[in-house]
Amino acid sequence: MRRLNYILKRLLQMLPVLLVVTIMTFLMIHLIPGDPARIMAGEKARPDAVEAMRVKLGLNKPLWEQYGIYLKNLLTLDLGTSMKFSRPVVEMIRERLPVTVALTLFSTFLGLLFALPLGYLAGIQKDRMADHAIRISTLIAIAMPSFWVGLLLMILFSVNHRWLPAGGWDNTNLFTEFKCLILPAFTQSLMTAAILIRDMRNSVVDIIRQDYVDFAKSKGLSAGAVRRRHIIRNSMVSTVTLLSMRMAALLGGSVIIETVFALPGIGKLTYDAISARDYTVVQSVVFLFALLVLVVTLLTDILYSFLDPRVEF
Amino acid sequence: MAQKILEVKDLRTYFPGRNEVVKAVDGVSFEVYRGETFGLVGESGCGKSQTCRSILGLLKKPGRVVGGRILLDGQDITHLKEKEMRKLRGKKMSVIFQEPMTSLSPVLKIKKQLMEVFDDTPMTKAEKKRKAVDLLRMVGIPSPEMRMEEYTFQFSGGMRQRAMIAMALGARPELLIADEPTTALDVTIQDQIMKLINSLKQELDMSIILVTHDLGVIAQMCDRVAVMYSGLIMEMCDVVTLFASPRHPYTYALMSSLPDPGNLGARLNAIQGSPPNLAHLPEGCPFWPRCTECAEICRHLRPEMTEIAPGHSVRCHCLDKTAGYRGLIDVPKAKGGVALGKDTV
Amino acid sequence: MKRYHPADETRARKHRLPAWAVTPTFILGVVIVVIALILAIFPAQIAPYDPTEVVITARTKAPSPEHLFGTDNYGRDIFSRVVWGTRIDLSIGFFGVLIPLIVGSIIGLLAAWYGGWLDSLLMRISEIMMAFPFTILVIAIITILGTGTINLFIALWLVGWMSYARLVRAEVLTLKNSEFIEAARVAGFSNARILLRHVLPNVISSSIVFAASDMVMCMLTGASMSFLGLGVQPPTPEWGAILNEGRTYITYASWMTFFPGLVLAITGVGLSLLGDSLTDILRRKGR
Repeated sequence: MRRLNYILKRLLQMLPVLLVVTIMTFLMIHLIPGDPARIMAGEKARPDAVEAMRVKLGLNKPLWEQYGIYLKNLLTLDLGTSMKFSRPVVEMIRERLPVTVALTLFSTFLGLLFALPLGYLAGIQKDRMADHAIRISTLIAIAMPSFWVGLLLMILFSVNHRWLPAGGWDNTNLFTEFKCLILPAFTQSLMTAAILIRDMRNSVVDIIRQDYVDFAKSKGLSAGAVRRRHIIRNSMVSTVTLLSMRMAALLGGSVIIETVFALPGIGKLTYDAISARDYTVVQSVVFLFALLVLVVTLLTDILYSFLDPRVEF
Repeated sequence: MAQKILEVKDLRTYFPGRNEVVKAVDGVSFEVYRGETFGLVGESGCGKSQTCRSILGLLKKPGRVVGGRILLDGQDITHLKEKEMRKLRGKKMSVIFQEPMTSLSPVLKIKKQLMEVFDDTPMTKAEKKRKAVDLLRMVGIPSPEMRMEEYTFQFSGGMRQRAMIAMALGARPELLIADEPTTALDVTIQDQIMKLINSLKQELDMSIILVTHDLGVIAQMCDRVAVMYSGLIMEMCDVVTLFASPRHPYTYALMSSLPDPGNLGARLNAIQGSPPNLAHLPEGCPFWPRCTECAEICRHLRPEMTEIAPGHSVRCHCLDKTAGYRGLIDVPKAKGGVALGKDTV
Repeated sequence: MKRYHPADETRARKHRLPAWAVTPTFILGVVIVVIALILAIFPAQIAPYDPTEVVITARTKAPSPEHLFGTDNYGRDIFSRVVWGTRIDLSIGFFGVLIPLIVGSIIGLLAAWYGGWLDSLLMRISEIMMAFPFTILVIAIITILGTGTINLFIALWLVGWMSYARLVRAEVLTLKNSEFIEAARVAGFSNARILLRHVLPNVISSSIVFAASDMVMCMLTGASMSFLGLGVQPPTPEWGAILNEGRTYITYASWMTFFPGLVLAITGVGLSLLGDSLTDILRRKGR
């Protein structure tokens, strides 16, 4: 019950942020230099076509009225029609959203999978060989550009050996879809893992010095129980705080990684829309990304409230 | 003579650093008999906590036992493997730390931290839970069924310490090491906790090592006492002898620094100077820079433990000078018959 | 026997780099960064060819002694292009961080010191900015401003200052009520003097530590934007842009993508190693 209240409270706190986000995405179109109607209609459009576009988009109305319409349309999930693809934007997003969500979750999962054991190992082996090796590996993982890693993996696994698809999306069944996600998710998970490992290592170093770990040992607990229940459990608290930031970064990174692997997700849509100067779509995906980040933040907040009872409800 | 539960022989625990070695414990020997409360008293940083951690095998890095032997109930546990050690912890010996807030996990319910004491015992979850309730009741936590669903941050300091005692005693240890168990608590709570420890000791038939810097606590709780300074035991005897006729200048100085109940307006006699850096101990007796009796030999030669009377050993070159010390209480040399309450000190 | 004195240690520490700081990783970091700097300053002397010269006869040649990294589809020498690219990528890393470091620190300092509406405004803006993924924010700004090197910088600046403002703000808030600031106030020093002489030196080190790792991030973002065609435009040699051009030929001329990315990664590692050592030094000094 208290937790439900907390979630509702967090939701309410996010509303004003969301409102400002809508203002920003709305203004985006107007901030682009030049006449929006002309941009939307295309460079070579005749003057009457531009005028028609202006009326169609409501650009002849006062700014606040345009914003009202934009907000109303958002609420009714009407994101307009793509100039380039001549399709409703909502439809395009609905098709592509699952790919990006799956990619982000898969990358997060892989990142955590690498980070928990390696971060723990580096922490307990502080200043020893394993710690140094892991530290250098994380430095390298952070410094490698994801598009480069993606291309290299593609050469290795798809061009030289035909183990995995070289990009694209095969939606025959869940397994083929999964196979298409392996390389991009692994590529994206590298930096996430590296950042989480560094954080995890530092919190483990800090936690194993805590009295409660010694006290847990003094109860005669097995090494595994001390590790699971006390060291990892406590270091998860700071990892989860980082997780929402990392997932936001993964969402942003999807523009690059989906472009490299030709995955039909929101990121690729963003890239295509920018290349085609399809601003209706750009505006919508930018808003969508903000919405996704807020959802991720809310979810990690809830997860955090389970992990750390000290959180104020 | 009563049976020994613990025997520490010439224990040396060092913390090797980059350029220097901190000798936290540098040749400590004592024994604890079954059923007694043995006090370790000294200023902070004198090595009393590291002595305890050495016994428990819970030294913080880079601390290491580099010499001596520790016998628990006759078994040599000095360099026992962690796996073997954990079989002894909880069941054979147990500890309560100074800071109950940092010694309990902030993210687990009290219930979970209590029930994990019975990890190895074949019991159903319900039985473990009932045991946990019993333990909380034993240490005087009201409405334990409700409180055990809470977290440490919802507990008061005294309640936390009670919870920690409950966890430490869950598996009925024979030896309880209490490392400054009341230092972090309010004075009124301190007294309650000490009384609780005392009554539980009777009830569970334990031996206790009580670490403290408070002579009042020693007087209230202990049977025998060792006074530590710079990783060495300076004086060891029964509690009555300690307060009646201390023989080490350091013990004497500690007592003189206590407020005199008969003369409350008087200035306190603080010990001059500060404890030495354990990485750079002065040559000779570590106490000489602060000692009122310091002689030439003290600066060069470290004194040995000398048994000056049965059960009374002192580490000092100037025993003839200290023979005239008068303690805080007046008793004939014979033991017993003296009521040693907190008020005496 | 010489008595231990803590002052000896601090005195020795002031003048030269302490022995523990000179680790193999630190030296490796210095070597990499110095090489990168030399490449950035003297590309004309080091690059064997003109980075933009098209040689039809030398198209997509594999790496050889003449062309260390091979040539691209226009016959341009990739090694020369990568060497020239160093200047641009290092500038993106350096100036992309420098301006936000200065501006963000000042904003955070003022917001925390004076509080009130300035502080609330800062916090609200940061909340809004945090609602967008970093990359999306950069992309959105570039979409508005248009592609190109200058606009890439502006986008990085507009997005980057926030982290520094928040960092400095948090540090100043804890410092604000500390005793020595109190003492400076009681002594009647002006606000400006307290801020510049007493507060700033104490809060800036965490920003500098962050800036070291941020430089790598900034360089990667710049390269990513150029890779997407949103940043530095061809034929200007920038590592991400070179990679993008090579992408089409990845199946049979993988050197076009491999080398620029490798150099980017190595430079990033060098900067990270230096940053790590810097963190270490500042942290130990802080003790």
